[in-house]
Amino acid sequence: MSTSTTPVVPGMTGTQRHDDMSRSFAFTTKLDAIVAWGRKNALWPMPYGTACCGIEMMSVMGPKYDIARFGAEVVRFSPRQADLLLVAGTITEKMAPILVRIYRQMLEPKYVISMGACASSGGFYRAYHVLQGCDKVIPVDVYVPGCPPTPEAVLDGVMLLQKMIAENKPRPWKDNWKAPDYE
Amino acid sequence: MNNLEVLKTDLARRFQVDSYGFSSAFGDNTLVVPKEDLVAVLRHLKDSQAFDFLMDVCGADYPSREKRFDVVYHLFNSKTAKRLRIKVQLSEGEAVDTATTVWKGADWFEREAYDMFGILFRGHPNLRKILTHHQFVGHPLRKDYEADRQQSCTVTLPIHFDNEPGSPGDVLNDRYIPLNIGPSHPAMHGTLRVMAELDGETIVRAACEIGYLHRCFEKMAETHPYNQVIPYTDRLNYCSAPMNNIGYCKAVERLLGVTIPPKAQAMRVVLAELSRIIDHIIAVGTGGVDLGALTAFFHLLTYREKVYNLFEKLCGSRLTVAMTRVGGMANDPPEGWFNEVLDFCKEMRGAVDEISALMLDNKIFIKRTRGVLPVSAHEAVQWGYTGPLLRASGVGLDLRKTDPYYGYDQLDFDVPVGTAGDIYDRYVCRIEEMRQSIRIVEQVCKNVPSGDYTIRDKGIVLPEKKDVYGNIEGLMNHFMLVIKGLRPPVGEVYDATEAANGELGFYLVSDGSANPYRLKVRPPCFAIYQSFPHVVKGGMLADAIATVASMNVIAGELDR
Repeated sequence: MSTSTTPVVPGMTGTQRHDDMSRSFAFTTKLDAIVAWGRKNALWPMPYGTACCGIEMMSVMGPKYDIARFGAEVVRFSPRQADLLLVAGTITEKMAPILVRIYRQMLEPKYVISMGACASSGGFYRAYHVLQGCDKVIPVDVYVPGCPPTPEAVLDGVMLLQKMIAENKPRPWKDNWKAPDYE
Repeated sequence: MNNLEVLKTDLARRFQVDSYGFSSAFGDNTLVVPKEDLVAVLRHLKDSQAFDFLMDVCGADYPSREKRFDVVYHLFNSKTAKRLRIKVQLSEGEAVDTATTVWKGADWFEREAYDMFGILFRGHPNLRKILTHHQFVGHPLRKDYEADRQQSCTVTLPIHFDNEPGSPGDVLNDRYIPLNIGPSHPAMHGTLRVMAELDGETIVRAACEIGYLHRCFEKMAETHPYNQVIPYTDRLNYCSAPMNNIGYCKAVERLLGVTIPPKAQAMRVVLAELSRIIDHIIAVGTGGVDLGALTAFFHLLTYREKVYNLFEKLCGSRLTVAMTRVGGMANDPPEGWFNEVLDFCKEMRGAVDEISALMLDNKIFIKRTRGVLPVSAHEAVQWGYTGPLLRASGVGLDLRKTDPYYGYDQLDFDVPVGTAGDIYDRYVCRIEEMRQSIRIVEQVCKNVPSGDYTIRDKGIVLPEKKDVYGNIEGLMNHFMLVIKGLRPPVGEVYDATEAANGELGFYLVSDGSANPYRLKVRPPCFAIYQSFPHVVKGGMLADAIATVASMNVIAGELDR
């Protein structure tokens, strides 16, 4: 290939001025980064909608807010096929063992978004049958405040999680998580 | 002669009524009977067709009394819209005979009274806990149980069945296949659990477990001032939150003896009917999803969003609006809001036609639903069905017609009634009700009464902010009401509205303090869902899923 026919890349200097062909089909990156890129753009959520937040979650998935724009529209009701647990709604004491079981059935890597005040802290149900936050039993990556949060807030939470994944942020709450003492 | 005297004369022919208590207050008639006579009185009232519905059974706790518990039965006559409250007083450890022998629908209500208060019902087929988890010790609605004393649950119960007499109990045999569905299952809407025993695909036995969303609404209501209970009511049936606000405020207002201004009534009617539409959107949409039809759901959600926008303009929030206050509404609607509602109605009309074509005219949908697991009118009344499900079975009961409130009697609308009571008819009723709700909203929005959006009683309603900050009188009224609280007179009322799922009743007891002494919700889907194991018995598994969807069980009001 003669230099006279090689296309010149504008703005580049030295040898980079000449396209070395590989540029058209390859790029360099770190393995971690490309894996994270894939993970963040293909979160498959398992919607754990128990209450009012579940209805707002429908809006997040629905035509107007459309979580598909963030690559997270493939809703899986089997925890084994999901990597994002969206806890949307009050978790009661009766529900807690089931939530833990669902979480443990999910395969790594797995993430948890706690949607709404109830899931995050029990909300305004400081009551005898309500778990005071699902982080009492499972590790939570992102808390979305609101009662219920607006769909924009939930999307913001998803984007925050995507950022965490892309940057490979350490997640000590998950690494140090011990399963509750259930059978 | 008033109703109470008629009742007294009638009962005197059969019972020793000297020991009975007859009273009438706040427009409610109350009858106190000794526990031995209860079932006989109930049976007599039912057989003589004085009352055809047992709407609610609940407990109440008065620890200072010698007989600390009240068991409260609310009867209803669907022809005359008359109601009667029957009370039985019990002391700790005493039992009253079960009412399930008279009305099957007493089943879960009695179980709930047992769970919440430890009230015993002799002869009840299955007196087990229903809302709290099985490791829970104590009875949370007793006054001596602290509202925030949590008890953790560490195991989930295995598959179990209601131990009817003659059934093999929880023991599974090798002929049938046990199947557990939920609570985390797409068809169970998040929080329902159905356990079944299958012979091939036929359901031999089924049982429901509920309580996975029991968030202690009634205990929370007892620990909050009247107006602060309103946000909790939002979260009962969260698919149509404003309707719960309205039902609750209407009950408190009746206890206070106030009538809200015409404009507030009109706003409530518009809110209620918009809520009915969006509730039916969820019911019809998810009903389609459970049968494998996703299109209708996503299409309808567009219109739900439009209603959310209207709510947002009115009060700032989308789903849980908490827009009513005791005595009226929280604020005036913004300029032109009613016209926007009218524009929405125009769009929604087209959408209902589309959805009707998409679902009701759909060959697959018809095959999956028509003639499937019907419930007869007699059965429906027995179980305490109300709302679209009762009307689908052919009983034309709608409180907006039989016991009109907020000017529904001035409005022109029809009540759709089905014939077969099958799943198809339930959807026909719901979709037709959406059309009727649009008619109602249009009529109201075209003639909005002028005037204030709330009453201005200083002991009930907070003054406007400009008065609080602008003059000393407003500031003092605000201070007094916040510190002292809204205090209705001592007494009790049962008040009901026609919510999207049926009769939403509030039984409110006031001891004159700033918090309700007891607030019992009569959720429509609680009565309906208790019939599920009986309705699906002998049916196919896939039809059972369609039945759950058509019942539109909303966990928030089911478990409270």
